[in-house]
Amino acid sequence: MAAEAGGKAFVTRVSGPVVSASGMAGASMYEVVRVGELGLVGEVVRQAGDAAVVQVYEDTSMLKPGAPVLRTGAPLSLWLGPGLIGNIYDGVQRPLPALLAKGGTWIKRGERADPLDLARRWDWEPLLAPGQAVSGGQAAGLVRETPLVTHKVLVPPGVSGTVRSAAGPGSYAAREVLAVVDTPSGPAEIRMLQEWPVRRPRPAAERVRVSEPLVTGQRVIDAFFPLAKGGCACIPGGFGTGKTITQHQLAKWSDADIIIFVGCGERGNEMTEVLREFPGLRDPRTGRPLMERTILIANTSNMPVAAREVSIYTGITMAEYYRDMGLDVAVFADSTSRWAEALREMSSRLEEMPAEEGFPASLPSRLAQFYERGGAVRTLGGERGSVSIVGAVSPPGGDFSEPVTQHTRRFTRVFWSLDTELANARHYPSINWLRSYSDYLDEVGPAWEKVRPGWSGLRAEAMEVLQREEHYRQIARLVGPDALPDAQRLYLFMGGVLRDGYLSQSAFDAADMYCAPDKQAALLDLAMTLYRGARDYIKEGGGLAEVAALPCVPEVVRAKSACAGPAEVAALAARVRAEVEALAAGREGA
Amino acid sequence: MTARGNGLEYVGAAKVEGPLVVVERVRDAGYDELVEISGPAGARRLGRVLDVSDERAVVQVIEGTEGLCGATLRARFLGESLRLPVSGEMLGRVFDGLGRPADGGPPPLSGDRRDVNGAPINPVARRYPREFIQTGISAIDGMNALVRGQKLPVFSGNGLPHDRVCAQLVRQAKLPGGGPGFCIVFAAMGVKRDVADFFIRDFAASGALARTAVFLSLADAPGVERLLTPRAALTLAEHLAFDLGRHVLVVLTDMTNYCEGLREMGTARGEIPGRKGYPGYLYSDLASIYERAGRVDGSPGSITQTAILTMPSDDISHPVPDLTGYITEGQIVLDRELAQRGVYPPIAGLPSLSRLMKDGVGEGYTRADHPSLASQLFACYAYVKRVRALADIIGEEELSAADKVYLRFGEAFEKKFLTQGEREDRPIERTLDLGWETLSLLPREELRRVSAETLDRHYRPAPEG
Repeated sequence: MAAEAGGKAFVTRVSGPVVSASGMAGASMYEVVRVGELGLVGEVVRQAGDAAVVQVYEDTSMLKPGAPVLRTGAPLSLWLGPGLIGNIYDGVQRPLPALLAKGGTWIKRGERADPLDLARRWDWEPLLAPGQAVSGGQAAGLVRETPLVTHKVLVPPGVSGTVRSAAGPGSYAAREVLAVVDTPSGPAEIRMLQEWPVRRPRPAAERVRVSEPLVTGQRVIDAFFPLAKGGCACIPGGFGTGKTITQHQLAKWSDADIIIFVGCGERGNEMTEVLREFPGLRDPRTGRPLMERTILIANTSNMPVAAREVSIYTGITMAEYYRDMGLDVAVFADSTSRWAEALREMSSRLEEMPAEEGFPASLPSRLAQFYERGGAVRTLGGERGSVSIVGAVSPPGGDFSEPVTQHTRRFTRVFWSLDTELANARHYPSINWLRSYSDYLDEVGPAWEKVRPGWSGLRAEAMEVLQREEHYRQIARLVGPDALPDAQRLYLFMGGVLRDGYLSQSAFDAADMYCAPDKQAALLDLAMTLYRGARDYIKEGGGLAEVAALPCVPEVVRAKSACAGPAEVAALAARVRAEVEALAAGREGA
Repeated sequence: MTARGNGLEYVGAAKVEGPLVVVERVRDAGYDELVEISGPAGARRLGRVLDVSDERAVVQVIEGTEGLCGATLRARFLGESLRLPVSGEMLGRVFDGLGRPADGGPPPLSGDRRDVNGAPINPVARRYPREFIQTGISAIDGMNALVRGQKLPVFSGNGLPHDRVCAQLVRQAKLPGGGPGFCIVFAAMGVKRDVADFFIRDFAASGALARTAVFLSLADAPGVERLLTPRAALTLAEHLAFDLGRHVLVVLTDMTNYCEGLREMGTARGEIPGRKGYPGYLYSDLASIYERAGRVDGSPGSITQTAILTMPSDDISHPVPDLTGYITEGQIVLDRELAQRGVYPPIAGLPSLSRLMKDGVGEGYTRADHPSLASQLFACYAYVKRVRALADIIGEEELSAADKVYLRFGEAFEKKFLTQGEREDRPIERTLDLGWETLSLLPREELRRVSAETLDRHYRPAPEG
């Protein structure tokens, strides 16, 4: 069993997922190795002369010093090509359905399966002809991956030259050669299946300014704290504040072309919920099943911690791959705190000097590197593509001053702050509108102005009502609401209408789980119509109680699910106006 | 826990420190391998390899190092990791923290010896938990319903009646409409003998003992043993559920003690401590326990987990409840103030939560009005809390008439809906009707989370006067 022959690499020490090996001269950082008789997958994380430290992605129980270590010479790389969409992977791109078919309910150590089905044949539509000059990032051909996704097979970055030969249209498997390009360094073969190292960002021609909102169908997000396509958002919340449900809602309804959901160190049953629910859900724009544009990466909390560390990079690399085809991709990572904890656990096993709360000193730079892989770009092929990132953060004890929340805030421009008090009152999504912010308002403003001219003024007016509500609510807490004059109690009343009728949105109400932008605008107009009517009426000497008793008020609150579209909402707004006017006329008449 | 050894026995250790023994110049020892250590008197104890290299193996002695002498101890490496022989016959028996018989009976016959660490369930193989479990406790059934395959811990404090609530839950838990009952796997980590006795007596009185397997690692057992107790218990539970198709309710008490055992271990190994001195991998470690619950395709059985933990000084942001809450599917929180006011069970309305409730209640599971009733009760009770805070400042007399109605509702909610007898097993219909009775104290227009049709059917305001 002991492989101590000269030149061969072997294990010298085992401490959990951290394995030291000898005979590793010439190994490079992040090179993949296979450890022991089972061939457990690991990565070199430290190298010194003949010795190296390897982090192993699987349980190392009963691994012994002297066990062989096999070097692969390559860094951890993903298989990229048609067939990713709709699949479910673990953190190191092992396909979970294939593992289930092979090994049963429990994930066995050393089990492996091809990430993409090599036997499957895809219809190929070539875009290259012999003699043509090509460069990296250019489309070599098209594959209809799902009814929602046309997959462009690209000339790999770094390859440029003249096409020597190209396969005609037809049906091919992922490993077949579809074109040969003569390059200065020799001929390069182009296949559907390409590999890319997970830790290396894929190149793009240039970064461009974000301009389009990522429409999520969630009112509090789209209307108040929008995310741009290519933007990064942070969504922190203690346990029970609805982080995961909010992430699921975003993954379901965002208008990105591709959704990548990374379940990183979270609950097994939550992933099951996604797996059971997504195939039955339909994209509101196309009517097709959502799985036809979704990739799931599931590395649940009880799966090996080192694979959790990689899962985030696996997700973002796949996202960049689709971005390079000129698509808008959104990555949802739930939760980046678990990822940071994996970093901490690995760093502590490597006996590194800890910084804040035991996290490695490199935490901020690792977070920055991750979020910097998001953004809108002009691809090497000259198209526009984007990767948006939404990272959930689970601060211990709900305390936002902890390192992961603080550093994530530095590298993201949208902050959706989840609130325990709102969650306790079962107000979902429990995004606190006074503590959240979005730095993309200027960028996405023009797009909203097209939906509703004068949008930014309307939004500002609503925000002001909400801010005043908070102010008077604090006073009311001390003196009781009845001590306030009607002109101030109006804000408490309107705050209630906005909370129940606009900001809260049930993920389980079929009519309201997705709200299109035009309906969002109409609903806000509706609430503001009531506000302005009530404000003017009170200014003229009327009482708040009369307005609150109007028959239209409960309907304003229920309009979000009772009204089908913006036209119905607008009709209700007209009724609100009429009822308030009748009230005012009645008072003047009396 | 017998095992074949590789025959190699080492005499003498370089170092004995806390629960750790360092054996030098070992050959062919594996990480996590089981080691048998014998002291001068010849008594044998078990240990586990935590770190192994060419030169030395660090062995964690599960039953403590007391009386061991570095120069004379003998260490025999057993060639495999800790395994538990599992069989259906283990129901009705009492075991020690490592799964060895502790009731004087013979070791159970078994052909199958399982690694206590288990293996992660492939997320694709999981079946989503959906079946409502009726516990007969209104605060749970009505507002934080438990479903088969869920992990729902009880967060409590010292002196609160978590043991009684938990025993009641075990006694009464069933599927509405009957069916075979649960079998129970009970693991006690670091609890006092009388707490364990309370549970065993209670199981015996209700006739549940015959379908209960008990794993006891009591307060006087070495801290390290606790680390293996829940794993041994869950290994048996997995066998019962997924091989034999039984529905298993696993009760783990008290997880705070378990975590302290883990901290003790981490400190002894000289690890860099994280929050409050707990090791940085506390989350992953807890997940490796809690995630061993659920249902899988291809087996009719299920594992439902209830872990009890006491929050040090009632602090829910303490690392143990905090990290637990991030892994489990909700939590039942016991509230000291309610307990002091004589409310039993003192289940706090707002911080308690069952994440899987939405999928296990309503039409086809309990009753169509259940989800909106629960949501409305939560919202109204949240408002009661605000009114009470206001009343504390300005006095109850100064409250508006509407707010006074809320105070009456809050009173009724706690006294009629939450409060029930320790032996009172309320069917779900009764719980829901009680919920409507209390909600009907409020004016109809306040109930904004319920549809008009549901209100027409269930809202019954008391006649005026």
